Amino acid sequence: MEIFVSIIIGVLTMCAVYLVLSRSLLRIIIGTALFSHAAHLLVLTTAGLKTGAAPVLVDGVTEFTDPLPQALVLTAIVISFGVTAFFLVLAYRTYQELSTDNMEEMKGTESYD
Amino acid sequence: MKQNSKRVNDVILQTAAIIIFFIIVIFSIDLFFAGHYSPGGGFIGGLMTSAALVLLLLAFDSKTLANVLPIDYRLMTATGLLIALLTGLHSVFLGRPFLTHAYGKFDLPLLGEQTLHTAIAFDLGVYLVVIGITLTIIQTIGESE
Amino acid sequence: MINLPVFPIVIPALAAIIMMFMPKRVQLQRGMALGALAMTAIVSLFLVHTVSTEGIQTLNLGNWQAPFGITLVSDMLSALLVTTSTLLTFFIVWFAVHYFSDSYEGNYLYISMLFMLVGVNGAFTTGDIFNLFVFFEVFLMSSYVLIVLGGRGVQLRESIKYLLVNIIASALFVMSVALLYGVTGTLNLADLAMKIPLVDNPDVITVIGVMFVIVFGMKGALVPLHYWLPGAYVVAPTPILAMFGALLTKVGVYSILRTYTLLFDGNGEFLQTFLMVLAVLTIFIGMTGAIAYNDVKLIIIYNIMIAVGVILYGISVNTQTSLEGSLYYLIHDMIIKAVLFMLVGMMIGITKSGQLRDMGGLITRFPLFGWTFFVAALSLAGIPPLSGFFGKLLIVSGGMDEGELFGPLLVLLSSLFVLYSVMKIFLNGFWGEAKREYDGPLVPYTKRLIVPVFLLLIIAVAYGFGAEAIHPYITQAIEPLVNPEIYIDAVIKE
Repeated sequence: MEIFVSIIIGVLTMCAVYLVLSRSLLRIIIGTALFSHAAHLLVLTTAGLKTGAAPVLVDGVTEFTDPLPQALVLTAIVISFGVTAFFLVLAYRTYQELSTDNMEEMKGTESYD
Repeated sequence: MKQNSKRVNDVILQTAAIIIFFIIVIFSIDLFFAGHYSPGGGFIGGLMTSAALVLLLLAFDSKTLANVLPIDYRLMTATGLLIALLTGLHSVFLGRPFLTHAYGKFDLPLLGEQTLHTAIAFDLGVYLVVIGITLTIIQTIGESE
Repeated sequence: MINLPVFPIVIPALAAIIMMFMPKRVQLQRGMALGALAMTAIVSLFLVHTVSTEGIQTLNLGNWQAPFGITLVSDMLSALLVTTSTLLTFFIVWFAVHYFSDSYEGNYLYISMLFMLVGVNGAFTTGDIFNLFVFFEVFLMSSYVLIVLGGRGVQLRESIKYLLVNIIASALFVMSVALLYGVTGTLNLADLAMKIPLVDNPDVITVIGVMFVIVFGMKGALVPLHYWLPGAYVVAPTPILAMFGALLTKVGVYSILRTYTLLFDGNGEFLQTFLMVLAVLTIFIGMTGAIAYNDVKLIIIYNIMIAVGVILYGISVNTQTSLEGSLYYLIHDMIIKAVLFMLVGMMIGITKSGQLRDMGGLITRFPLFGWTFFVAALSLAGIPPLSGFFGKLLIVSGGMDEGELFGPLLVLLSSLFVLYSVMKIFLNGFWGEAKREYDGPLVPYTKRLIVPVFLLLIIAVAYGFGAEAIHPYITQAIEPLVNPEIYIDAVIKE
């Protein structure tokens, strides 16, 4: 199971890199979302994808799942949710201001003031 | 009115949205309280409530929503943050480490014995923050169109 | 007070949250922000005092014992850095009060600045590597808000690049934490320090170490991960630039200092050599940029990279002397960079241009301003007995003791380049003939703006003259880094 998820993480990262390297701003945002998704899956996978009951709550559970990675992933998901939302708003504002979503046209060439 | 001619076919969506809105909100409240011992909690409940509000936004428009629910979502975020932080701080005044929670068992009428935990206040803060932030973002994008 | 370490984080957070209820009451916000910062500064000075008399302070959040819960650890290193960043934020906010217009200030400006301090102080204090990531995100989020405030086209364009770089760095951070957790099964720094030597395959740890260096190097602008820095920083308004330049890159350097000395230094030569090479490259690129540009902001921005390189070199040598030098230089650089950025921003505000060719003769009209810049410039270059000198001296002698020659010489050489680059600003900007009548927007406010800068410079000068008095604190801060047992024993009480 871990091997299978590792392959998925690899594929996700691959797609993410491809999308981030493209020119369209929207694709880049989707790419970053995929990249953080891969990172979150990695957290779950490295800790081991055990199947078991929830720990602590009920007595007599011998096989239980490690709860910490899930807490970490939830935190990381919340953070990447916020950042992605901010990024989307920023991209939209930039599109309004510069009327382009092409990163090629956003190179900093003129001198700064 | 071009706007109106586009909206002629909204009847089904609008009628359904009103009913579905309440179902989603009740389910989100259920999720919010379930978070005490099982999957759920403030974040997911908040996301679901904001999804319900976004559904209303889709079916009607931002003006209608502002009339029905005249809430300043930025203040909602601030309130949520304040509740969460004060929940953490209450233990400081009792001389315990920051964020230490208190709990106890209470006999409530009708419901029987229930545990009350300060984590619920913290979760309520999270719930408000999530709704506030999501709706602020949606409104920021939506208003300029 | 068991809760003492949490106060430098909670006080600004509480103030910022209360300020969120009245975003448009600018006057009130200024007062609240300055008041909260002054209070935080007093608390953190008290924290330094407590740590110096009673040793390392730890706080297990939520009363969960380490290593199971999140632990906040205030050793001398973090207490000193927390104090420095709080003081800096106080003076920068004071400067911003006079610098920005009311409409600008009404856009959650002070709230974001306070939240940024929350994140920075938290990152300095936390003793848990995932919590470090969370605090990183807190100050990054605030920095995103601060960098887009104003919403000019150039600013938005550069913010996108800044955001993109940091999102990718954050994802890499999560991945590194995941791998570390997979290998050791813990995230508490002290617990990690105990468990990492027990890992069967030390090469895995080296790989994770390199990943962490990449993550923190991206924040700290190490070559070759520095490419985003000049563009993103140069578009930010002066007070925000001062805050970024003084705090953000330094958090990256602090994180390398903490994780490298605590977790990865027992792991063979590779990581040490890796850090040393990066440090040398960073100094080189910084020197090149500092002398190449004629834009005053860019000159100082490239000087950040030189400083980061010098500090990192001290870290990579990794002896008591060189680490003391690094910490001493780190604090010096935080203060003096803030001073210089504010001064340079005033120059731009007065002359309405960032280019040296449009300036000149400022000192005849603004003598105090000119001499403040002169002292700050000498201090940055490390002329004794000003504050830059002692840090570099310790780093160089630490490197020499280890038989290094190239590195220490490069550090000394970099001082010359720094001196040249800032003197270029002084000679072209303040000396000589005035090119034209200066009528920039800041001219009427110069007298008020110079006050916080001048006071901060006095602190910097006192820091240099009082080096002897501060030295015991620095030594106490470095001890847990050289002997991690002190840190481990303080966190995990048997």
